[in-house]
Amino acid sequence: MDFHLSDEQRTLSDTLARFFAERLPLERRLALASTAPGYSVEAWRQLAELGALGALFPEALGGYGGSAADILAVFEPLGAAAAAGPFLPSLICGRLLGATSSDRGGQLLEAIIAGETVVTLAHQEPRSRYDLAHVATRADRVGDGWSLSGAKAVAPWGDAADHFIISARSAGEAADEVGLTLFLVPADAPGLRLRGYLGIDGSRWAELSLDGMKVHDNQRLGDTGEAFSLLEAAVSAGVLAICADALGALGVVRDSTVEYLRTRVQFGQPIGAFQALQHRMATLLVEIEQARSAVINAVAAFDEDRRERERAVAAAKYTVGRVATLVAEEAVQLHGGIGMTWELPLSHSVKRLMMLDHLFGDVDHHLERYIQLGRAA
Amino acid sequence: MELAFDADDEAFRREVRAFLAEKLPAELAERVRHGKTLSKAQTERWQAILSERGWLAPDWPKAYGGQEWTVTQRFIWDYEAALANAPPVIAFGLKMLAPVLLKYGAEDQRRHWLPRMLNGEDWWCQGYSEPGAGSDLAGVKTTAVREGDEYVINGQKTWTSYAQHANMIFCLVRTGASGKKQDGISFILVDMNQPGVEVRPIITLDGEHEVNEVFFTDARAPVANLVGEENRGWTYAKYLLTYERTQMAMVGSSSASLELLREIARTETKRGRPLADDPYFAARLAKLEIELENLKTTTLRVVAASAAGGGPGPESSMLKIKGTEIRQEILSLARRALGPYALPYQREVLEPGSNAEPVGPDYGVGVTASYLNARKLTIYGGSNEVQRNIITKAILKL
Repeated sequence: MDFHLSDEQRTLSDTLARFFAERLPLERRLALASTAPGYSVEAWRQLAELGALGALFPEALGGYGGSAADILAVFEPLGAAAAAGPFLPSLICGRLLGATSSDRGGQLLEAIIAGETVVTLAHQEPRSRYDLAHVATRADRVGDGWSLSGAKAVAPWGDAADHFIISARSAGEAADEVGLTLFLVPADAPGLRLRGYLGIDGSRWAELSLDGMKVHDNQRLGDTGEAFSLLEAAVSAGVLAICADALGALGVVRDSTVEYLRTRVQFGQPIGAFQALQHRMATLLVEIEQARSAVINAVAAFDEDRRERERAVAAAKYTVGRVATLVAEEAVQLHGGIGMTWELPLSHSVKRLMMLDHLFGDVDHHLERYIQLGRAA
Repeated sequence: MELAFDADDEAFRREVRAFLAEKLPAELAERVRHGKTLSKAQTERWQAILSERGWLAPDWPKAYGGQEWTVTQRFIWDYEAALANAPPVIAFGLKMLAPVLLKYGAEDQRRHWLPRMLNGEDWWCQGYSEPGAGSDLAGVKTTAVREGDEYVINGQKTWTSYAQHANMIFCLVRTGASGKKQDGISFILVDMNQPGVEVRPIITLDGEHEVNEVFFTDARAPVANLVGEENRGWTYAKYLLTYERTQMAMVGSSSASLELLREIARTETKRGRPLADDPYFAARLAKLEIELENLKTTTLRVVAASAAGGGPGPESSMLKIKGTEIRQEILSLARRALGPYALPYQREVLEPGSNAEPVGPDYGVGVTASYLNARKLTIYGGSNEVQRNIITKAILKL
């Protein structure tokens, strides 16, 4: 058994960490976040040249990696750097494009890997919460194409997108797994209205409304009505990436909090000399290691059958969600008043940790999912 | 990353399972599963079976009768044996004193004491805690004064597990009074079969006789029984404790405990449905399952790292904290799962050789007693608060 990244993965991971430290310090990243696209496009291209996107896909799809460990190697340094950019939708949409193998999709995936285009997933809806099967947006057959109508919510890096992958219901009721179909749509397509906005953690998102948007049948990705399992597998990769991102952020929050305990003096001594604070910090350390183990378990199960994979990913997201919230809240408390301030770099990592519980399912969602997948056995 | 056990390890796991299936007496496994007390003879019977196979002290070097198993093999063995409800081997000699002798003892001591552990001649107990030295272990007051070729020992040890079965005790004793309190401590081996040693039982809140007080009144030990150097015992004691802590992740026995809990939850009902289907209960159970799976991996990570570093480090404190918390929570949930049948006091049913008829379901007889007994887990072996102090000092460096 070997719990370490390979030399190549370690090199990439270190390279990304250095790139963000040198090229994109936090102040610059914060300045970029408030207007679309919300990140440095120049840096995005450079990151692609460094292999950050190619690592996420196998050779057969034009990348040079694509394993669960590769996802970990890329996303952990992103979390540590509080990096901005459409990494998550690139991973998820790249997987969807790879799994549906159309000519257009293949070209787009190449462009994603080269950092030349951004494709984003428009799947969640105002009333879907975290239920992947809940799609009310309709896809109606019209002539040799389709008409899409509905609303898509909180699409990651939506106002940076050149294309969207939009899920819509071609059959069945709102919560059915059967009847979901995916469409690849240019961001400037008529009938698509977009409202981009800033997230509390410095990420960017968009609301989409589709008002009888016309799409050709050749814009359909995969088989009609059969998109659920594709979505589930691609989102699983995304959830693993979110967990890896959290491990990076957890490490930074841990280290900066320990450093603060060492240096902040009150009552004539460093506050780290007080046992009440020492024990809280020691508990965080134990829990952070449990979170890493949960992510390792998900990496180990990622190539197993669907149920094994989904269950381990749910367990990881549950654990990481629990630990991330705990560590974020405790870090603020251990910092005292300064922990409440926007200017403290820590606050951005803390918010990233708190908000990950809102991405593709919170602790309750994934605990319930873990239980249900266990019963299905 | 290579996160699966390799083919050799899987072959080893099959070998272990086949051995357990063939050699583990069903009657002993049943007692362990239900939290029943094992007699001295029952424990010795299992240890003799292991010794015959060469697996009683697999961590030891081959030259002393061990197997030099890899850390992965050790993990597999501990896990599979506990999952099969094999009786735990008595760790005091095999897993605590032996590593100290191997690292700090004299060759004569190794040649004398290690074979006697393997053939069951000696039952060791641990003379560490005293009435005035619990978590503050370096506060030991028991004295050893040299007289010719002997040490004369006076004082009292407490919380001594299975001292009622033991013929030998390894003790921390005070041999020097100057300097820091850690500096005057020695590590010494004492024969319990002598007039100066008296053992008195302590009955714990579950009603069991597991721990004892041990009184020394002019007890004697030959100078040859001093381990390492005089006044250096604290170093050896700490080394021993890191070994003790790595045992305390207990992922195997917690997995076995969780199996019993699942059986209870499938059988007990709430409003006519299995308790396991109750969403509140199912959520508690699922959280424990997930945390235990995480801990299994944390344990493997720590043992893998400690193998590279030559011995368990302060990370073992993390395993102790999390392992004991999870185990307590499993037993707490098992107790709640029983409902009203958690109440009967069934000590008699739990004793070896008893034919007493249990009250309530068979799977429930030992649950409350085990729950109560397990409160010790976060107290002994360095309380979990002491473990947090160790993490603070050794890892956080605060």
